[in-house]
Amino acid sequence: MTRLHIDWTLCDGRGLCTELLEEMLAEDDWGFPLARDGSAEPAVPAPLENAAAHAVSRCPMLALRLVGRTS
Amino acid sequence: MTDALWYFARGSGVVALVLLTVVVVLGIGARSGRPAFGLPRFAVSLVHRNAALLAVVFLVGHVIGLLFDPYAQLRFFDVVVPFVGNYRPVWQGFGTLGLDLLAAIVITSLLRHRLGVRAWRAVHWLAYLCWPVALLHGLGNGADRGTWWLWATSLTCAAAVTAAIGWRLSATFDRFPARAERRVAPRLRPHLEEASR
Repeated sequence: MTRLHIDWTLCDGRGLCTELLEEMLAEDDWGFPLARDGSAEPAVPAPLENAAAHAVSRCPMLALRLVGRTS
Repeated sequence: MTDALWYFARGSGVVALVLLTVVVVLGIGARSGRPAFGLPRFAVSLVHRNAALLAVVFLVGHVIGLLFDPYAQLRFFDVVVPFVGNYRPVWQGFGTLGLDLLAAIVITSLLRHRLGVRAWRAVHWLAYLCWPVALLHGLGNGADRGTWWLWATSLTCAAAVTAAIGWRLSATFDRFPARAERRVAPRLRPHLEEASR
């Protein structure tokens, strides 16, 4: 199972990930991404893996990482 | 037919300048952290990247055209080492310098997930040097220098970049200006105000 890891020491709340991964992430009042399922490291459903990879590649602060990819 | 490379090299140089202008303006738009130019944030970032890669394609054409053009007689090391050319060495050198800078910026951007954000950003700042150098190269070196349309294109590009930099330096640029204040812990703020008095 792939999970999306957000490095909070790097995140600046630029909000590109919340645009690309609207299904998984919401913006808080300060623009920082929050997982909609409330977890710290949300699971990426298979249909969203592409979008998650886009979000990882577009993050201007390089704060996103996909972890635990087994396949 | 032998003129084809010459004209292609001139045309592709102008196209590259226009594309680099779009890249710089969109780069500043991306840094603003908000939707800009009618595009959502991720699209500003993507168009910034894709326009930059397209500019690289045109610059490769620009350089290859001049390398093989019998009139320009560009030597291979003129592409890498600035300010040693046979023809207008200073203005041609600006082109070489701009190419070197752009190569550094593009390569570090493609590798930024391995380099880390600090090293990548340090190199990316060179864009503010690369763009004016490219503009000067076009104004001083091109066979089309002095024509009204090259002046018009260059001035339009310069106006766009100047406006973007003015926006970048303005106080309203940051998407969340209040964040700067929050970086100081509340219990330390009175001390900060005292110190600044």
